[in-house]
Amino acid sequence: MIIFSPTPLLSRYAECMMWLARYMERMENLARLLEVTETFVRNAEGQTAWDSILAINSDESLFQQIHNTTQHTEIVPFYVTETRNPSSLVSLAQQVRENARAVRPLVSIELWTQLNVFSRNLLNLKNGDMAEHNLAELCTRVRQDCQTHFGIAEGTLYRDQAWLFYRLGKALERSDQITRLIDIRYHMLLPQSEAPGSDIDLTQWTSVLRSAAAYHAFRRLRPVTLTPANIVGFLLKNDGFPRSLSTNLRQIDETLTLLATHDNLRQFCSPLLECVAELRASLQDQTAEEIIIRGLHDYMSWIQTQLMDLQNAIASTFWPVIIPQEAALTKMAEQEQN
Amino acid sequence: MTNALHLAPPLTRGLLDNYATPDFFCELMNRKSPAPPIIDCVKKRLSALQIQELQNRTASAEAQLYRMGITFTVYTDREAIDRILPFDAIPRIITAEEWQHIERGVQQRIQAINLFLHDIYHEQHILKDGVVPAELVLQNANYCQAMVGLDVPGGVYVHINGTDLIRDQQGRFLVLEDNARTPSGVSYVIENRHMMLRLMPDLASGLPIRSVEEYGPRLHNALCEVAPEGVDDPQVVLLSPGIYNSAYFEHVFLSREMGAPLVEGRDLFVENHKVFMRTVMGPRPVHSIYRRLNDEFLDPLAFNPDSLLGVPGLVEAYRRGNVTLANALGTGVADDKAVYAYMPRIIRYYLDEDPILESVETHICAEPEGLAYTLANLDKLVVKPVGESGGYGLLIGPQATQAELDDFSQKLRHNPGNYISQPTIGLSVTPTLCGDTVEARHVDLRPFAVTGRSVWVLPGGLSRVALRKGSLVVNSSQGGGSKDTWVMAS
Repeated sequence: MIIFSPTPLLSRYAECMMWLARYMERMENLARLLEVTETFVRNAEGQTAWDSILAINSDESLFQQIHNTTQHTEIVPFYVTETRNPSSLVSLAQQVRENARAVRPLVSIELWTQLNVFSRNLLNLKNGDMAEHNLAELCTRVRQDCQTHFGIAEGTLYRDQAWLFYRLGKALERSDQITRLIDIRYHMLLPQSEAPGSDIDLTQWTSVLRSAAAYHAFRRLRPVTLTPANIVGFLLKNDGFPRSLSTNLRQIDETLTLLATHDNLRQFCSPLLECVAELRASLQDQTAEEIIIRGLHDYMSWIQTQLMDLQNAIASTFWPVIIPQEAALTKMAEQEQN
Repeated sequence: MTNALHLAPPLTRGLLDNYATPDFFCELMNRKSPAPPIIDCVKKRLSALQIQELQNRTASAEAQLYRMGITFTVYTDREAIDRILPFDAIPRIITAEEWQHIERGVQQRIQAINLFLHDIYHEQHILKDGVVPAELVLQNANYCQAMVGLDVPGGVYVHINGTDLIRDQQGRFLVLEDNARTPSGVSYVIENRHMMLRLMPDLASGLPIRSVEEYGPRLHNALCEVAPEGVDDPQVVLLSPGIYNSAYFEHVFLSREMGAPLVEGRDLFVENHKVFMRTVMGPRPVHSIYRRLNDEFLDPLAFNPDSLLGVPGLVEAYRRGNVTLANALGTGVADDKAVYAYMPRIIRYYLDEDPILESVETHICAEPEGLAYTLANLDKLVVKPVGESGGYGLLIGPQATQAELDDFSQKLRHNPGNYISQPTIGLSVTPTLCGDTVEARHVDLRPFAVTGRSVWVLPGGLSRVALRKGSLVVNSSQGGGSKDTWVMAS
């Protein structure tokens, strides 16, 4: 059920609601990833494999550019306080804050107040706050702040179009995050598991689950054997797990369908819905084993490209650039003069 | 071992015990005549409080305001700092009788201002009759050529107005200044009330305090009333410079209270001289704009071509009557310092009534009697230049040296038309928490009025206190704080 307010949603509000949810979700994922990596993820030498985070976020070249080194000690600050890194916690806090300020007339005072306090705390982070023994504590706090935010949103956001764009943002971000995680971790771990006769490093594989908050849910399925395909299958195709790809594609589908219930939006939404239907079908039509055999990396890349196209299509549908007649004419006149 | 002294209860004393009854009119403690029963009641309740208690409650209020982002933003070279307006938990009380006087006075003044603005942009009777010097109006930097000959809905130019009032030593309310462009502060009136009821329920309990909740719906209603003719269900929006503006919180607040979208210039566009906003369902027509953007930024085609905040073509759409701007363009002439001196005459000219609210006694040096009086009493007066850039070139007589006085006399004789003079006023005071004591601090009052088909005055107002001892400056940028203002129903 969705309410249509007498005034249709401002395009800028739609855009900011979507990005507010995306950045919040990204922040929660990053905090979890940092936490899990510190505790569980080890490279062949048994050291914390911080560089895997660079790979997941495709940040290797930016990191090089800023630090001119592959020194792993710089990776944690790079993801916590580095303002030149748009996906550090501090940068994300800044983004979240600006988007939330823009939609402040729409969201509840409770939602704004919580966000105001925790984003400011993050922006005031000092380097000492992420010394290694503090990192886990910091990440736990950030993760919980994000979860509190989502709880307040669930409990107080009015269910009009603004809510739908918020939900779209959240589901799109989760879809993107889960495919990145699977893609990178699978390929980091693959060489070990493929070696004939070698045991799967259980800790490493379960850390993939933990990075997606999926470990205990996965356990409840009581899989007979723990195989990479089992884990990939769970994260991609399990309809009961809130962060799986299939759950989030379903959410996107449902949300766009709700948006389309308004007569004026039906035709806007149909090309978007087709795109989602194609994605969902591709996932339903193959098992995890088939996906792996045919090429997990290619499939993950394809999904990410599709998601990006979907995001762009949503943008050009709901917040298009309109050049009014007068302005267009003035521009033409100017060009002629030049 | 615990020292026995530490177990002794702290010395307790009443909040107002050491309050020095000052020479000024005090809103709570020294009303120069027997205090009304309601004032006595609040006084008694306050006296029962401990200073510690008041300090704790104040600290809690300020923390809440900060968390909730009820702040204004101050920009330095390096960063943006969110500041709260310091909140004082001792309310400022206005009796029913006082309020009736203020309300009628504000209504009268706004009526006269609207008639004045209509006149100076049409027939200019008041100038031709020599009541106000023509050059003062026509050469005023705020006089807007685009408004000449334009008829605005209902003849309303100033839809939202803030009138700055002070009280003198006798307790008379005087108008210090009109704010007829984009007055701010009304959000604090309402938020201060919310904070006060949370913080001091014991103090307010059972008192007939008038509600301030109506402001948003009243404002929305007025903006609908002045929408272009023939529009059934007008779309109202609030136009803000955006999230980096220092008053952005107030814009958010008003948008929320009206249930109308907060838009930025980039959310609007003009086509065929009509204004539209960009929505997820395509362009939607806009009919009434409460703009919190100054005239010069509104439309790069009409005014400042470098403005990125405005909407190209907006002024032409306005001139064609397709959209209403609140306030209208060019209202700055009416709240100009020099025009202020003529306001009592303006009221008499249009309404044939004496002003209900007096102005601060003002001597216009352009007139021979005014000049003679000013020169004879220079050491007792504040002399202000009337040029557009007020605040500079001011003479405060009682604080000036003989040399400065002599020097200023020269200037006055040389160019008398450029000056007005006023007596120094002993502003009223109110008990205010200052560190560990409650002390007298100077206070003013800004009531807000909304005008659609009629003038409505919000029963309340922004009471600003000068937190520095002895200071008369109540502005938030210069160490001013604010109080909740209780207008009593009876």
